[in-house]
Amino acid sequence: MSQFLPEMLQPYIPSVIQLFYLVATGFFIIGIKRLNSPSTARSGNRLASFGMFLGVVVTLFDRDIISFEFIIAGVVIGALIGAFAAKKVQMTAMPEMVAVFNGFGGGASALVAWGEFSRIAPELFETQALVTTGLSILIGSITFTGSFIAFGKLHGFISGGRIALPGQNQINLFFTIVALVLVGLFTFSPENQILFWSLFTLALLIGIFTVLPIGGADMPVVISLLNSYSGIAASMAGFVIGNNLLIISGALVGAAGLILTNIMCQAMNRKLWDVLFAAFGGEGVATAGLGDDKDKTVQKTFADDVAIQCAYAKKVVITPGYGLAVAQAQHALKEVADLLEEKGVDVKFGIHPVAGRMPGHMNVLLAEADVPYDQLFDMDEINTQFASTDVVLIIGANDVVNPAAKSSPGSPIYGMPILNVQEAKRTIVFKRSLSFGYAGIDNELFYSENNQMFFGDAKKSLQQLASALKDLD
Amino acid sequence: MEDLIFNLFIFVLASFVGFELISKVPPTLHTPLMSGANAISGITLIGALIIAGGSGSVYAQWIGFAAIVFATINVVGGFMVTDRMLEMFKKKEDNQ
Repeated sequence: MSQFLPEMLQPYIPSVIQLFYLVATGFFIIGIKRLNSPSTARSGNRLASFGMFLGVVVTLFDRDIISFEFIIAGVVIGALIGAFAAKKVQMTAMPEMVAVFNGFGGGASALVAWGEFSRIAPELFETQALVTTGLSILIGSITFTGSFIAFGKLHGFISGGRIALPGQNQINLFFTIVALVLVGLFTFSPENQILFWSLFTLALLIGIFTVLPIGGADMPVVISLLNSYSGIAASMAGFVIGNNLLIISGALVGAAGLILTNIMCQAMNRKLWDVLFAAFGGEGVATAGLGDDKDKTVQKTFADDVAIQCAYAKKVVITPGYGLAVAQAQHALKEVADLLEEKGVDVKFGIHPVAGRMPGHMNVLLAEADVPYDQLFDMDEINTQFASTDVVLIIGANDVVNPAAKSSPGSPIYGMPILNVQEAKRTIVFKRSLSFGYAGIDNELFYSENNQMFFGDAKKSLQQLASALKDLD
Repeated sequence: MEDLIFNLFIFVLASFVGFELISKVPPTLHTPLMSGANAISGITLIGALIIAGGSGSVYAQWIGFAAIVFATINVVGGFMVTDRMLEMFKKKEDNQ
């Protein structure tokens, strides 16, 4: 579009574009910074999207851009698909939505490197551009297929458990080494088509093979890591086309994504290495504590009884888990919380970092049901309060309240930080049955004498509880 | 070669900024943060624009076109879905 500007301005266009890129970078940095806190997060996201808009618009004035048919068609199609998906997606399906968007981003970076490589004769490519072309294709393609496998696993198209050949880790390691060697060879003989396509194909396969073996429970960590990859892929694409904005923004996301991945791993008490190379999660690994099933009894309870216990309590803590979201019971839960508050009960929500399907997911689901975020408490905050709590309602959560994480060193979840609900005077577990959680292990809490089980679908149970609370008046 | 060194400087410094940007994020915001950062990685759209609208072969332009579609889905979808999530985070006072 630079031809529309007056002649006298022409010499300044490239510098002005760069200056606007600098401004866009500022918007990204301030945007991510503001995403760190609930009160500023929304404006942060908007600042970042404005930065993106700015970057895209000034790029259209680049003198290298001479035709607009493909650009307009591509942007319109992409924007329609993206906007439609973003509007329609259910909040419970958020993890797989992020995975899909991320896959497209990684795929786009691989395509950018490929496109630049195919429009310029290989002999005119400098070594740095060749290395980064290879890396961009490698990382972008891994992100692309890996993200779609993650989507398939979360959505149930592919089994959530471990799918692996014997020696899968060694195979993956071997493939990765071969891929890196191919990047090196490609740098020295870029005209060799076979090398180029072998690299592309192998990268796509690595994405599939590395994510397939990972269990469903660990998938959020994988998505976060792939998010970091797609940033790095964008940065590499920036090296290829010599664009600062891509290099900087990609590096920002790559680094921020790594930190976030690490924070998530800490919250789940998992090491990144174990997530990637050893399986647990989504699979019935251990049978710890299963042997003496017959001697154990649980106390059952019903809506009217729960209503009375809660209504006469001073302090009630609610700890929701993913079962709540599966039953779509957030709104019913909010109603129960409101009714209890009307009766003067102190109601707090205790949220385990991995409650839901990825860290922070439960907060999003409760926010959707209009639960104010200052009523939500992180694990560390709420754990100091259980001792003074009368009743804890545990709804659709299992592993995150399992005392085995503290008491049985043999358990696969041993060492995972949990909500210390057993310190409260009474716990009531809302659950369909005595079945196991993600980790596939039994929960001692259910059989404790301070605990009662309220069996049934979470939504129906909460609705019964709400009407029982209303009848108390 | 100077280009490469210069770009590496930018890359490394920007990475350090990225590491510092995320520090004490409450778990509440992990999901929106991941989604918002992911939208920013769609910045590769800018590279796609240059390839699709540039002076290459039609073959290269088609690759650029596919890249634009992919990257725009990432950018538009990512920012919108993040906004949808964050819209729901309210303080108690705001509700009443």
